[in-house]
Amino acid sequence: MSLDPRLSQRVARVVLWAMTVVTVAVLLFIIFFILRRGLPAISLDFLTKNPVDMGKGGGIFSTILGTVVLTALAILIATPLGVGTAIFLTEYTWENTVTRVIRFGAECLAGIPSIIFGLFGFILFVTKLGFGWSILSGGLTLAFMLLPTIIRTSEEAIKSVPSAYRQVSFSLGGTKWQTVTRVVLPSALPGIVTGIILSIGRSIGETAATIFTAGSALRIPTSLFSSTRTMSVHFYILAREGISMSRAYGTAAVLIIAILAVNVATYYLMNRFIKKYS
Amino acid sequence: MNRLERKDRLVRLALLVVAFSAVSILAVITVFMFEQGTPIIFKYGVKSFLAGSDWYPSEKSFGLWPMIVGSVYVTFGAMVIGVPFGLACAIVLTEFASKSVRRIIKPVVELLAGIPSVVYGFMGVVILVPFIRETFGGPGLSVLAASIILGIMILPTIISISVDSLQALPPAYREGSVALGATKWQTVRMVLLPAARSGIIASIILGMGRAIGETMATIMIAGNAISVPRSLLAPVRTLTSNIALEMSYATGEHRQALFATGVILFIIIMALNTVANVTSARRRKAKG
Repeated sequence: MSLDPRLSQRVARVVLWAMTVVTVAVLLFIIFFILRRGLPAISLDFLTKNPVDMGKGGGIFSTILGTVVLTALAILIATPLGVGTAIFLTEYTWENTVTRVIRFGAECLAGIPSIIFGLFGFILFVTKLGFGWSILSGGLTLAFMLLPTIIRTSEEAIKSVPSAYRQVSFSLGGTKWQTVTRVVLPSALPGIVTGIILSIGRSIGETAATIFTAGSALRIPTSLFSSTRTMSVHFYILAREGISMSRAYGTAAVLIIAILAVNVATYYLMNRFIKKYS
Repeated sequence: MNRLERKDRLVRLALLVVAFSAVSILAVITVFMFEQGTPIIFKYGVKSFLAGSDWYPSEKSFGLWPMIVGSVYVTFGAMVIGVPFGLACAIVLTEFASKSVRRIIKPVVELLAGIPSVVYGFMGVVILVPFIRETFGGPGLSVLAASIILGIMILPTIISISVDSLQALPPAYREGSVALGATKWQTVRMVLLPAARSGIIASIILGMGRAIGETMATIMIAGNAISVPRSLLAPVRTLTSNIALEMSYATGEHRQALFATGVILFIIIMALNTVANVTSARRRKAKG
């Protein structure tokens, strides 16, 4: 390039900064827009009353409950599998074909779009296994989706525990499992929890996978086999079918606040964890 | 061998079984998708399925060509918007921003990743679509709208992976280049970007996978018309939208055809994943 390097440096700096500012501005705009229009719709009644007349009236209580129950089930299933995988990969083996296969599997699973999970969950859980549109079908499907995230974050958390911790435990006569459960896992806990919170955020926002597996019933769920509607699905239906814009904004604002809370919690935990080991 | 050692072996075995959960799930999903989706592809012929442009499920005509083109257009559009902005953010974050600015921008970008896709779709519907309709004409629900929203949605993927690969470069690269009198921008352009190439490419491919796979936002803003779009302002239907729009009422061969749509999507995604995996594996090897 024949351009004066100092000039091109200045131009590049301005252009790159401008693009970054635009990106950040777009994000902040989305959040402020939703909160500004949504917050007025939120009231105690909105959060604690059930939807009436397909969502035209009433609140969103049953969808909050549906979101919480579905997320809780998914996390309960995915966490032991994910953390177990991470422990195996970091503590019980070395890099070989088996670990490469496991890692490849997890990475591919992470790349599968949620609509494929939805289709799969629909055919396996809803129809073949006969669970119907239910919390169980939705929770299992979501758990499969979250597994790669939990594996990856737990693995990183466990890896960052200094090896001196393990050596001390071994030198005191601890077995591998004792070392893992009493030394490694407690030290890696904040990192693991960070991964779990990230997964909670993902499952709160998920729509394509849950709408085909958990269904969209507005009743309060009574068992694992009840169909339920999450906040995201409710928001989607309200907005797409134009049922009630003010309630759509309100639901979106609750979703955004939940995601913000998840992010703040993640950030706080992560910082604590990083400070501890650096 | 004492009791504790025996227990340790059992634990190892149990963990090995657990560790195969992700692979097994992947295998089960693959088998199910192909079992449900491929028979109908072969019944009507691969060619008519992929290249046929008529999708009238009630008349047993299942041509996916408009949806394949739709997915490609929308994904390409998303890359045109997402890649430059994503890379610019990554470069600013790693090379130009001070530590305190970085501490503000980084969580903001992470937040971007957490916003549900239905919210992005909704923003498209209430702001972008009317804007496009009034400024450029057409229905507003269009390739352009979907490209812009998807471009924003893939930013976090591109930024976070590119930042990781830029940060992983040895500091000596920067120091060497600056010591030779290069400006910061020359260093970025001639030393850092080429050196971090494989990681950046991986980030772009993963972003592409996200754009192709995105469903709810696309349904809300792309217009969903089954025809090959003739302009940026024409409505379009993607493979993912095709599945989600018709799944709730499809039965029999129609449902199988939707699974076949899923199979094609699945093959595209797996191909992208494998490429991304190979490039990032090469990067790891080059580093180690």
